[in-house]
Amino acid sequence: MNTGKVKLKKEVNSILCGPRKNNIKESVMEAFFAACAAVTIFVVISMTLYMLINGLPAIRKAGVEEILLRTEWKPTAEEPSYGILNIILTSLIGTLSAIVLGVPIGILTAVFLAECPHKRTAGLVKPAVELLAGIPSVIYGLLGLYLLNPWMYRLERKLFEGSETHRFTGGANLLSAVLVLAIMILPTVINVSETALRAVPSGIREASLGLGASRIQTIFHAVLPAAKSGICTAVVLGVGRAMGEAMAIMMVSGNSVNAPLPFQSVRFLTTALISEMAYAQGTHRQVLFTIGLVLFVFIMMVNILLNYILKKDKESHGYEKEKK
Amino acid sequence: MGGVNSEGFVERVRRAARVFWQSKDFSKKDPSGERENVQKSNAQITCGSRVIAGAAALLIGIMTVPQNPSSMSGSLRLAGSSSMEMMASALAEGFMEQNPHVTVTIEYVGSSAGIEAVLNGSADIGTSSRKLKEEELARGAVENIVAMDGIAICVDPDNRITDLSRRQLADIYTGKLTNWSQLGGEDVPIVVVGHEAGSGTRDAFEEALGIKDRCVYANELNSMGAVKARAALIPGAIGYISFTVLDDSVRAVSLDGVAPSAENVENQSYPLCRPFVMVTNGEISKQNEIVRAWFSYVTGQEVYGGMDRR
Repeated sequence: MNTGKVKLKKEVNSILCGPRKNNIKESVMEAFFAACAAVTIFVVISMTLYMLINGLPAIRKAGVEEILLRTEWKPTAEEPSYGILNIILTSLIGTLSAIVLGVPIGILTAVFLAECPHKRTAGLVKPAVELLAGIPSVIYGLLGLYLLNPWMYRLERKLFEGSETHRFTGGANLLSAVLVLAIMILPTVINVSETALRAVPSGIREASLGLGASRIQTIFHAVLPAAKSGICTAVVLGVGRAMGEAMAIMMVSGNSVNAPLPFQSVRFLTTALISEMAYAQGTHRQVLFTIGLVLFVFIMMVNILLNYILKKDKESHGYEKEKK
Repeated sequence: MGGVNSEGFVERVRRAARVFWQSKDFSKKDPSGERENVQKSNAQITCGSRVIAGAAALLIGIMTVPQNPSSMSGSLRLAGSSSMEMMASALAEGFMEQNPHVTVTIEYVGSSAGIEAVLNGSADIGTSSRKLKEEELARGAVENIVAMDGIAICVDPDNRITDLSRRQLADIYTGKLTNWSQLGGEDVPIVVVGHEAGSGTRDAFEEALGIKDRCVYANELNSMGAVKARAALIPGAIGYISFTVLDDSVRAVSLDGVAPSAENVENQSYPLCRPFVMVTNGEISKQNEIVRAWFSYVTGQEVYGGMDRR
């Protein structure tokens, strides 16, 4: 074993270059790669520090309770109030609803792509999904603004006809934003779950079919459970995508700060940042950074959850291999 | 349900497309957008559109006056109001044509930030769509009013209402009036559209009506184009936009019987007027050659006869 290794090294040296030169080249390249890696780490750390340094002063100035637990958002009033609870809840509920709507469609589409014997139909669906992934978010926003909103307004007027208290939003409401988000997370969910489904060993399918299970039973009781962790990854990535989206929902959600009810004009964490950053000053600006910090924390949590799932997945596979 | 939505789908899409292409603010949001192209198209629209009133109308006169190219070189930095985007970019275009070696850069950061930029030296001229505050004047900022702008109240073109009183407008924006039938129009709910907190247009509008921080908005949008698009698309919507971006996709109503026209803004009989100011740090005569040339370009024309030249 040992002698074999030495032999191989000698051979490589003799073909390419001398051993000394090789060593210098190796160490230079190694330092270069390390520097490249350090850039990424540096960026992440400096961004985290920047968000903390800029996001915390407002909390210290106005108080955690005043910002995170109040619902009144009047940043430019004589006596300003900076409650972002409605904004946080909107982001959470909006994202959750989009997941509830989008994930079942996404997973079933992935099942169709991975398991369906109709290769020609699948060949139509696959490019369509890829195209969906490539469409810029502003286009989704435009379609939402010009097609979905007027349609939604018709529904709103039918539902709230004669209502004295309802504030008509012209169709720019939470429901519109959720619909747009649900469509936007589809490509992510479909692609990742399809990969997970394809990675399921064919032995599992064959065993299930061999025991007399139907195709549907095989898919729902054997293949999907086997691809569970991959599908969880897909959902978590979808959450991240929905939570971080700004442009499209900015155009369809109406942007007034209200409680997250389906037919209310709402503001998300992302849109709260964009819509007021340009002109904000003083404490108002600092509170916007706090909103950024809250968003940052949420995205971090999503990422940690993702890492946890992936790690668990690796562990369980390792366990299975050992058992074999 | 009223018959307002009877408009066909195709017509709606066509109208939507028209509104979009005329609302240039969308391009502004794109961080990778080519500023030069945006400015160029703005300038073309300023010259070509027949409906642009108020300040922009005055620009057409400037743009068409031929001047001899000069040999002055250097750069001129403007920063400030996004309401003045159309005007400032059209002026910059014309000025650079006349002075081929001068580069004019404009940042749209908001009136207050623009004034701040001039005072701390990061810009040569600040553009502001409001009068200067006492403290800003005390710090050496000089107010050079170059044009007057009106804030137009626009509704969707199918709305029957053509005139509102200031009182009615205040009641609409504070949520006391919620249906056009209360104003003698059709039975359509009012969708109240406005700008985001901190916007100069919103400040000016709310202050003029005495309803500061009491407005109940259904939509708060951060660009003139988006407000205009809403007002054009949603039956029963009402919004306020600068005269400079007004076009025939929406209908501007008259206020207290005064029509929203360039003349009424110029003689200040229109209730919602505001100055367009170009702020300098110290008097214009003390500025460098390029800034002085800029102001003589901007104010040297006869079309500005009625304005404060300073």
